[in-house]
Amino acid sequence: MFRYGLSLCATLLAGAALAADTPQVPLDDPFASGMWEDHQIAILGDPADIRFDDRVRVFAPAAAEDAFHVPLLIDATAIPDVEEIVVTADYGPIPKILSYFPGEAQAKLALRFKIDQATAVRASVRTKSGSWHVGGTLIDAAGGGCTAPAQAYASDDWEEKLGEIHGRLWAATGRARLIVDHPMDTGLADGIPVFIIRDLSFTNDAGQELARLALSEPVNEDPAFTLYFDPARMPPLLHVSGRDNNGNRIAGTLTGEEVN
Amino acid sequence: MPSRRALLAGAAAGLGLAALPAAPVFAQAKLRYDLAPRPVLPGIWMVEGVTDYFDKVNGGAIVNCAVLQGQSGLILIDSGPSRRYGEALAATLRPLDLRGVSAVVNTHHHPDHFFGNQVFVDRPILALGQTLEAARRDGDAFADNMYRLLGDWMRGTEPVPPNTALDGGEVTIDGRRFTALPLGGHTEADLALVDVETGLLITGDLAFLDRAPTTPHADLARWQEALTTLEGLGAPAVLPGHGPFDRTGAALRQTRAYLSWLDETLHDAARTGLDMVEVMDLPLPEEFAAMGAQPQEFHRSVAHLFPGVERAVLPRAN
Repeated sequence: MFRYGLSLCATLLAGAALAADTPQVPLDDPFASGMWEDHQIAILGDPADIRFDDRVRVFAPAAAEDAFHVPLLIDATAIPDVEEIVVTADYGPIPKILSYFPGEAQAKLALRFKIDQATAVRASVRTKSGSWHVGGTLIDAAGGGCTAPAQAYASDDWEEKLGEIHGRLWAATGRARLIVDHPMDTGLADGIPVFIIRDLSFTNDAGQELARLALSEPVNEDPAFTLYFDPARMPPLLHVSGRDNNGNRIAGTLTGEEVN
Repeated sequence: MPSRRALLAGAAAGLGLAALPAAPVFAQAKLRYDLAPRPVLPGIWMVEGVTDYFDKVNGGAIVNCAVLQGQSGLILIDSGPSRRYGEALAATLRPLDLRGVSAVVNTHHHPDHFFGNQVFVDRPILALGQTLEAARRDGDAFADNMYRLLGDWMRGTEPVPPNTALDGGEVTIDGRRFTALPLGGHTEADLALVDVETGLLITGDLAFLDRAPTTPHADLARWQEALTTLEGLGAPAVLPGHGPFDRTGAALRQTRAYLSWLDETLHDAARTGLDMVEVMDLPLPEEFAAMGAQPQEFHRSVAHLFPGVERAVLPRAN
């Protein structure tokens, strides 16, 4: 009886551990990465309706040449009614890279991020009905991108450039591209606290929000994004506004002008 | 800051691993560089590298080394990617002159051009002053990456920076006369050498032939200026940093054409609003697609250069 009790206790413990580590919808991860299930639970909130889906395409170089600026192109335009795209790295001290709320824009985004080691990178797409569709790719890397000080500190005028925006619209191809000067400190370099842009909102001239980005620490220094619109519905200009975690405002306007 | 490998080595020593019983012996293919110095001009040999990117098959033997007869031994221009490579060089050069290598020159601070220095550490190892500093500054980081790319080929390799600064102008190295041209553009400091006796131009990585030029530390405008200087020499033969020996000047012309195309392509891409992944996807013209290490080098160049180009091209939005 005593022995039975012990074994029952062990079974209960194992059951509890299983509940904490295993998502309610276990997936067959094409990359067999050890961290995916954790992120499915902790970052996506353990959704009840989730699958890997080849229609979510993530493009990146197979190897990261520059760990500080790894380019990603995410294309979920084959999925209707996308509300949010969550971009994550399986391995890295801070797994969440950003969330994109495409709104009136297409479910497609180009970005760059800092990579800390070779990892799978995922785009998890949530639709209006609450179903999740996950795509990804593998990137090899020498690493170290998340734990180094910003390169801006090598020059002494970085504060003057803080929040400077370069960018423009291309009406014919429906592109909006921008680069925002910001150190994007992860808080992982010695003695340098987190200093990042939190939000970037894109509005038309009437003040209507067309798309929004919520950034996390791994977004690269001087974040660079392309938003994609249906050319027929491309606004003639796009206001950009946002703020960083120190309260600095970021504001600018993208137009079709080649120079200004 | 100590490198990751140094920390690991320290940790292993701290654990007293040396005192453990002898490890089992595993059979393993022997990693061996087959280096063959080929005579190219009287008293000058070339050890030619393959035109691929670093991998665990070629062991990083992708670089060209020039060997010139000096008064008391052989003058070696660039020493290869690893200690093992340096040892293979020393062994294969011995029959050319039983006194062996008397002096080494590093054309620039990239690891495939100076990581063999370790084998020649008691001889003069000459380079431009800026190359000395850059090799000291970047050596450990380069070594981390080379160990990752080449694995056991790198065993025992420690970066040994050059030990003697060389100025531009007429110089004599082990009794042999050279014109030293302190240039730049491929890296912050690139040394080209003209052998006065034969007129041979040794370009280091300022010139490539049938192998895509690399750009991790490139300044394209400065590189083009350097090529103009080199073309002005009208050298009868060119020994490029990578690719075959050249008696027609093709290496200088091809390098210039590729760099011009690269610069133009990146600017056009920035003007049309492409991001890096889309730029990497652009098709290469046939003449450049046929170069060794393509499209990898083009992809690497996009990573190195595009963010800067784009910043310069896109207008201010606030």
